[in-house]
Amino acid sequence: MKAARRLARDSSLIAWRNLLNLRRTPGSVVAALVQPVMFVLLLAYVFGGSLGGAGYRTFLMGGIFAQAVTFNAAFTALGLAGDMDKGIVDRFRSLPMPPMAVLLGRALSDLTMSTVTLAVTSVCGLLVGWRIAGSAAGALLAYGLILLFAFAMSWVGAAIGLLARSVEVAQSAGLVWLFPVTFVSSAFVSTDSMPGPLRTVAEWNPVSATATAVRQLFGNPPPGGFPAGDAWPVVHALPYAVFCACLITAVFSALALRRFRRITLG
Amino acid sequence: MSKPQSRPAIRAEGLTKRFGSRRALAGVDLEAAPGTVLGVLGPNGAGKTTTVRVLSTLLRPDAGRAWMAGHDVLADPEGVRRSLGLSGQYAAVDEKLTGRENLYLVARLYGLGRRAARVRSGELLAGFDLEEAADRRSGTYSGGMRRRLDLAGALVARPPVVVLDEPTTGLDPRGRADTWRAVRTLVAEGTTVLLTTQYLEEADQLADVIVVIEHGGVVARGSAAELKARVGGERLSLTVTEAWARAATGDILSSLGAHRPELDARTGRFTVTTDHGAETLEYTLGCLRMASIAVRDVVLAPPTLDDAFLALTGQPVSAGGPADEALGAGAR
Repeated sequence: MKAARRLARDSSLIAWRNLLNLRRTPGSVVAALVQPVMFVLLLAYVFGGSLGGAGYRTFLMGGIFAQAVTFNAAFTALGLAGDMDKGIVDRFRSLPMPPMAVLLGRALSDLTMSTVTLAVTSVCGLLVGWRIAGSAAGALLAYGLILLFAFAMSWVGAAIGLLARSVEVAQSAGLVWLFPVTFVSSAFVSTDSMPGPLRTVAEWNPVSATATAVRQLFGNPPPGGFPAGDAWPVVHALPYAVFCACLITAVFSALALRRFRRITLG
Repeated sequence: MSKPQSRPAIRAEGLTKRFGSRRALAGVDLEAAPGTVLGVLGPNGAGKTTTVRVLSTLLRPDAGRAWMAGHDVLADPEGVRRSLGLSGQYAAVDEKLTGRENLYLVARLYGLGRRAARVRSGELLAGFDLEEAADRRSGTYSGGMRRRLDLAGALVARPPVVVLDEPTTGLDPRGRADTWRAVRTLVAEGTTVLLTTQYLEEADQLADVIVVIEHGGVVARGSAAELKARVGGERLSLTVTEAWARAATGDILSSLGAHRPELDARTGRFTVTTDHGAETLEYTLGCLRMASIAVRDVVLAPPTLDDAFLALTGQPVSAGGPADEALGAGAR
């Protein structure tokens, strides 16, 4: 119990430090917030017109939320790689605190960042005509699910940041996987039009499940011409999305911690 | 700390470490009694930073064992970290945080409560002359101020053992003097200090025992006095322009003492080790004037690391290059 309290205290100290850093680097915060806003406008008005207009703009937001928090994983990768580069991680590791605290602190500060991203993106959605049509409880659950997914994805970012040997590698490695992972999904289109194997991948993609579950919880139906499909993860989007988030968190936190312990020492 | 003399505060036995094909440590043994300063002297790439990283639990050695303040580095890294303050070669301060925030964070992570952490940060800021800059981002600090902040961070928890990795590299003379004073204060309070340096003079000024390392191995060890006796005193060098005067100059320099002068035949530059510094200089110049020999570029300087290596190992410092050490520090 004492160990858990220490982990909680040290992680929140590290998170506090990370957030101070973020607040004093307004440029990167703005960049993080501009990205989802840009995607909302791009997809709503450039592609949206031919994809279903107002109906599509409502449908779109579930995908945008899932994508936005996935992109925040790049921040985790960059942040950790940067701290290692500057010797900050060495400094932390020479202190008597659990190794997990450095990683959990990063995940927690990124979760805070994701919350801000979600708020800004939601406002942007409201401006283009998106509405929460479901219950308040459903909406709370939807935001909870997105944050759970954000937490899971930041562990992927952490593992990438620790595997990268420099900030430059973390920068490119942290970005390349984001596009296929978020676009080979039902985040922005119906998987119906994708060729066979790609369609299966898209249907089982956790980003799809998260986007679909969030839409259901917000009460945002797909526009006409967007058949949902009847694959298992589509029908059971909510439980499958929760399962994926937990699995990703478990696997990648273990991976990141193992890597971190190898880099430093026990 | 409670029982001085009982067991060494720092002890390492046969530490080895490879990075790929490069052998960074080839069996390093170290020992420091409580309340003393152990100086680890060596050129770039000798293995100083790797040694420090192993001793401060940041790097797992391939073989060998080490104890810091009685805690086994491999079996009880947590115990080592509680008793250790580390200040690195590249001051690891968070540039986005103010000096006060940096120290507060470190103090909290050492387990101090909010109020205790605030009080301790204030004490250290005052002690290291950083009070005025305390609420400015450390990114705006000068090199010397950042080093002082980093050093203050290492001392937050009043650790019995402090490890300083090249604490004065890149500092101006004033910064260096400040750091030396800080180390002396620490030792006066009973702290054991391990200090790595490239400067013979620094090891001489601060260390009770000096260990000279090169290629990841110990090439010499002893007190500063013992090593100096082997290295010799200051170096007197001068250039004789006219070829005819070289033989006579050589004779004069040979007569100064036991050390043999060396002549660079191309430039006509003589170098000789002397044990009586300025006195020898005056005497030599007098003799040369009487013999009507014109000299230029007369220099009297303390032995450099090169001189020391030449004297201790019979070989000049090998071309390790700074890149090697950087590799050691950054290798994961």
